[in-house]
Amino acid sequence: MTRPLIVDWTACEGRGLCADLLPEVLTQDRWGYPQNRHPGPILVPDELEGPARQAVRMCPRLALRLESA
Amino acid sequence: MTMTAMTPAPGLKMPPEGARLFAAADPSQATHLATYGIIPDVTPAQLLEQVRMSGLTGRGGAGFPTARKLEAVTSGSKGPAVVVANGAEGEPASRKDAELLRRAPHLVIDGIEVAARITGAQEAYAYVRAEVVPDLRQALAERRPTVKITVVAATDTFVSGQETAVVSRLNEGPALPRFSRHRIFQRGIGDRATLVQNVETLAHLGLIARYGGVWFASAGTPESTGTFLTTVHPVTEPLTTAPTVWEAAHGLSLRQLISPAAGRPVEELQAVLIGGYHGTWVPLPAALDAPLSRAGLEQYGADLGAGVLVPLASTACGLELTASIVAYLARQSAQQCGPCQFGLPELAQNFTALATGRVGRGGVEAVRQSAGLVENRGACKHPDGTTRLVRSALRVFEKDVTLHQYGRCLARIGEPYGGAR
Ligand code: SF4
Ligand code: SF4
Repeated sequence: MTRPLIVDWTACEGRGLCADLLPEVLTQDRWGYPQNRHPGPILVPDELEGPARQAVRMCPRLALRLESA
Repeated sequence: MTMTAMTPAPGLKMPPEGARLFAAADPSQATHLATYGIIPDVTPAQLLEQVRMSGLTGRGGAGFPTARKLEAVTSGSKGPAVVVANGAEGEPASRKDAELLRRAPHLVIDGIEVAARITGAQEAYAYVRAEVVPDLRQALAERRPTVKITVVAATDTFVSGQETAVVSRLNEGPALPRFSRHRIFQRGIGDRATLVQNVETLAHLGLIARYGGVWFASAGTPESTGTFLTTVHPVTEPLTTAPTVWEAAHGLSLRQLISPAAGRPVEELQAVLIGGYHGTWVPLPAALDAPLSRAGLEQYGADLGAGVLVPLASTACGLELTASIVAYLARQSAQQCGPCQFGLPELAQNFTALATGRVGRGGVEAVRQSAGLVENRGACKHPDGTTRLVRSALRVFEKDVTLHQYGRCLARIGEPYGGAR
């Protein structure tokens, strides 16, 4: 099972904390904004739900939201 | 199928043959009523059923089924809903919404009233291009609307018509797209359930309320019902010369629509941009007889969008035109989302380099890569619409793309770049 991770692009400032906390799913683009490692929507598998929730909590801009599947 | 909503009401005229939205000879209320008659007094449920039967889809570009949107607002509403008639038409290649408001403002107002009846709204906004505000005000002064309608002049930017931008503006904010944790049909204006509907969609609604869904679907094709407004550009200098707005039935061929304005045999055209700046290039003459309908355009990866058609002569360079559009779109980024703000200028730069023959092999790859960097990464459809245009250009002008990488251009096959400019 996976859950979509939604980025509020208008809030994100691209410092990449989320990519550090969730490296299996996210990397950073050239400008520092979180980039999905795979094409399409950002999906978090169940086993990474913990780190994903941490990223949501720690994002300084409150720009992340983890949706239920 | 019972036709309860069709019970003839006193004053209801027979549906006009041919032109529907443009059937009235002038925009006055008297002519409007003489042409269409009044709207029968039926229940909201009966109205909604007729919309469902009509198969009407949104004419603003996204093509979402209108009945489903109405239902979503109606069921998502705790207090009274709000209706928004969207005529912002930020797309510079489109003229149809302004033309409709000029020629048939009363049909749009009818549509607002019908949508309000279905959703239980008591309040509505008309968000339209500044130039047609007087036309709409004049029409409103001629009648007593059944809902309170506030007319607001739209901001003249490309993204001003995106639903979240419209709602933000009407909430006294800037006309910029918004990231929202709620859907607009649940919480839009003043946190109330909000129906944002293109003005043309509403005008069709005004007719469906009179003549029913079966009548509506008697024009068009089974999957793309009814008529639609289309902005057709002439072949020469498509971005500057005045286009024509037609009402056409879905299923008409591209040839039938672009021939009158082409000024040359349509077989000499190399492509047509369908849907506007966020649209898709479709190859000609291959697609000349493609029916303008969802099914007819599917094989070209295109859809009608807001109905814009820009034909391209075989003596023009499609990549050059695309490059200028992409540069414009990059400038129209609302600068709120990093990937859009930084990625679109880079995409425009890479595309311009390709179009002007300034890059060697690898130029296309650079374009593809920067397209990939903006896709799916914004609060609105601006990045995805732009990459849609870019990818269709790479596909349809494939041969030219190859030539450009060798510093040549199909439109000026004899001249190496540099010499000509
Ligand atoms: S942590 Fe938040 S602000 Fe920082 S890059 Fe990730 S989403 Fe953007
Ligand atoms: S994607 Fe671009 S145009 Fe849309 S809201 Fe973000 S910055 Fe503005």
